Amino acid sequence: MSFLAKSPWIVHYDASSCNGCDIEVLACLTPMYDVERFGIVNMGNPKHADVFLVTGYINTQNVDVVRNIYNQMPDPKVVVAIGICASTGNIFRECYNTIGGVDKVIPVDVYVPGCAARPESIIDGVVKALGILEQKKNKTYKKPEISGAS
Amino acid sequence: MPKRTIIPFGPQHPVLPEPIHLDLAVRDEKVVEVIPSLGFVHRGLELLVTRKDFMDMVLVAERICGICSFIHGLGYCQGVEEIMNLQVSPRAKYLRAFWAELSRVHSHILWLGLAADAFGFESLFMHSWKIREKILDIFEETTGGRVIFGVCKVGGLRKDIENDVLERIRKTMDEIEADYRTIAKVFKEDYSVKHRNCGVGVLTADEAYKLGAVGPTLRASGISQDMRKIGYGAYGDLNFEPVVEKDGDCYARTMVRVREVYQSFDLMRQCIDKMPEGPVDMKVTGFPKGEFFSRLEQPRGEVVYYIKGDGTKFIQRYRVRTPTFANVPPLVKMLGGCDLADVPVIVLTIDPCISCTER
Repeated sequence: MSFLAKSPWIVHYDASSCNGCDIEVLACLTPMYDVERFGIVNMGNPKHADVFLVTGYINTQNVDVVRNIYNQMPDPKVVVAIGICASTGNIFRECYNTIGGVDKVIPVDVYVPGCAARPESIIDGVVKALGILEQKKNKTYKKPEISGAS
Repeated sequence: MPKRTIIPFGPQHPVLPEPIHLDLAVRDEKVVEVIPSLGFVHRGLELLVTRKDFMDMVLVAERICGICSFIHGLGYCQGVEEIMNLQVSPRAKYLRAFWAELSRVHSHILWLGLAADAFGFESLFMHSWKIREKILDIFEETTGGRVIFGVCKVGGLRKDIENDVLERIRKTMDEIEADYRTIAKVFKEDYSVKHRNCGVGVLTADEAYKLGAVGPTLRASGISQDMRKIGYGAYGDLNFEPVVEKDGDCYARTMVRVREVYQSFDLMRQCIDKMPEGPVDMKVTGFPKGEFFSRLEQPRGEVVYYIKGDGTKFIQRYRVRTPTFANVPPLVKMLGGCDLADVPVIVLTIDPCISCTER
């Protein structure tokens, strides 16, 4: 965390999650895990935010909302897909109105697995995202090739 | 007369962790009409019954909502058990009641925190969620998960709790209750909490009944209705009375939940005292054939499951009527005529669970 020169602010949107990951995101901000000590604050306004946390998969209703929030965020920005729903669609991938994971709509930098994702892994994902944010700021970021992904 | 203006509220709004969209028609600062629109988290989950085995479907049912996940699984299991005529062991029934009440404590304390955040009492929000973590520790110790448990199954439970662990949990519960008393006192007596809540969003008993309110929203208006009283599972053997308040305003709805937490602690102690010995699981053979309405009391109110099986391994129809869906018409009624600044507080007092409502 030594590179953390500024306080990264996050914006959280519940795409179509079951609440499980959402309350775990909130749990990260509350006394037990308390990420506010690193200056990470949950913002309601996407124009203030550096990190976009998405929980739940994308459906036909919220696809524009997610895209809107992403487009409103200033560059450089990173997207963290929290929970297996946001990564792939989980058990809901067979449902009739599912578009899929968040990466079908906006570029995702970090995937946090789990159903529901544990606060420890969410914090770990956000810390990884901050590393990517720093690289993006210095324009040294290269998207890694994912091997074996279908 | 000032002009009528439409103010959109949501779907991405700082006060709500979940997406709900309201079109608020306002004149000056007064809300005159509210048009809710839902559907942002619709998943089409009910149709998954045609693709998942009826034994696996309980895991999908739990994922209707991450806050009342245990009770959703329980409702599905009770329905299928009733269709297949399975007699669940008494120990499984008591453990189910124990976990259901633990979920209720978790849900209510979580809600109290969110409500405190909505009326701008940030430190109270933090204190509530600090207490909630201790309850999640009990969940993690006994089921292995923090919010999604997967412990309930058709015919019983996947896990048992040892008796000495239950005794240890009883001691932890005493500590949690002592901590809880300190924040409950603030909700009950603090000047600023009363100032934001008393007389706001009043729903009379008559309106609540006619609009079909359920759960704490109904009980806060003075009508004593609690689905646990119909005696499903172990509740027939436990002693409790529904918590009722008279005023029907936001303060009354908060007080119902504050008092229900004590009631749930009491019910959990009764479960531990009366816990029978025996197995918690049974072998399930055959497939469900028939239909059943399963009614349960969730933290948010009455939930109804309709299950219809046709004798194959896939259930034919599965339908859920969740408490928030029933509480939306009363919410629209409460919001009419309120101040614009009170909208977040009133929306939160029905304890909206959008992912339940839209599934």
